[in-house]
Amino acid sequence: METLELGKIGLLIGFLLVIVGFWGILQQKNIIKIIVSFTILNTGINLVMVALGYVKGHTAPIIDSSVSQLENHNVLNAIVDPVPQALVLTAIVIGFGVTALLLAYAMKLFKAKKSLEINDFNDLKW
Amino acid sequence: MLRNFLIALVLASFGFIFYNLYNSYEPQTELTGIAAHYAENGASEVGAANLVTAVVVSYRSFDTLGEITILFLTAAIISFFLKLSKEDEERVIIHRGTSELLKTASQLLIPLMFLFGIYVFINGHLTPGGGFQGGAIIASAVVLAIMANPNMTINHNVIIWVESISGVSVVLIGVLGIVLGGGFLDSTLDGYGLGEFGTIFSAGTIPIIYSLVGLKVGAELSNILNMYQKSQKEV
Repeated sequence: METLELGKIGLLIGFLLVIVGFWGILQQKNIIKIIVSFTILNTGINLVMVALGYVKGHTAPIIDSSVSQLENHNVLNAIVDPVPQALVLTAIVIGFGVTALLLAYAMKLFKAKKSLEINDFNDLKW
Repeated sequence: MLRNFLIALVLASFGFIFYNLYNSYEPQTELTGIAAHYAENGASEVGAANLVTAVVVSYRSFDTLGEITILFLTAAIISFFLKLSKEDEERVIIHRGTSELLKTASQLLIPLMFLFGIYVFINGHLTPGGGFQGGAIIASAVVLAIMANPNMTINHNVIIWVESISGVSVVLIGVLGIVLGGGFLDSTLDGYGLGEFGTIFSAGTIPIIYSLVGLKVGAELSNILNMYQKSQKEV
């Protein structure tokens, strides 16, 4: 069996997490479990984005002793792409905000019906 | 039955798309375009050893300003949404005490967690981490404090003041970039404040901005936690 590269492993786990998250959102009945599934989906997408910035054999985009140990001292040949990582930082913060709002809504929903089962909230269902 | 079938169909389609994407993916072998520019010139232009920080706080700091606005909006919407009525506000609920283990451990851990959070955001330009991560660590210390002592109250005024002052200061430092540097939120101040590469006082205004962002994020997350905690008073 051939060994997987780091970038491919990240991509694979990210895609699996996305599918698990979608499954949870579609299948689960409990609102808290749906929110947890949403965060799993979020994490999967972030992992895919970071994995796409991977460059074969390169290290983290921090210029320190690990870069200066290289023979030619060229940063360009030493680090992975910093841009997706910076974008994922933004995505994590927005994901956090959305999760916090979802939890606040879940609290309000529980106060209204004393239940977290999604099937109990059928007021707008016809 | 039909529902389960449709769910399986959706997941299978996603699996098919991802399988093809995964198969056709080839890792890059070298940096290209904007990433190459950041890698080559990041150290000399911005002076931050952590290039992700250089991208987040200097090259794309407008994005970060939007990010802290989003966090502020989230905190504001949650405070609005979980607002208590006056009689609920004055109700006193005594929660059951938590275990001795959690209480004792939290006394040791909470100061260390605060310290670690502050360390993470002060060193945001040198090591992995930064304002958002440090703020999240500080907020996790607050979670532990609330878990260990459910009857504690968080001083709302302190949170509001820390948040407002650090938020305004970030924008003021951004305006300082117009006066001294190349434009709004220019962290280098025209190469004036770069300092010695790799030390804590380097990279222009990045450490200051990130420390303020860390304080702001920590205060905002604590505010959200405070709201969650207080909404237990509602019957």
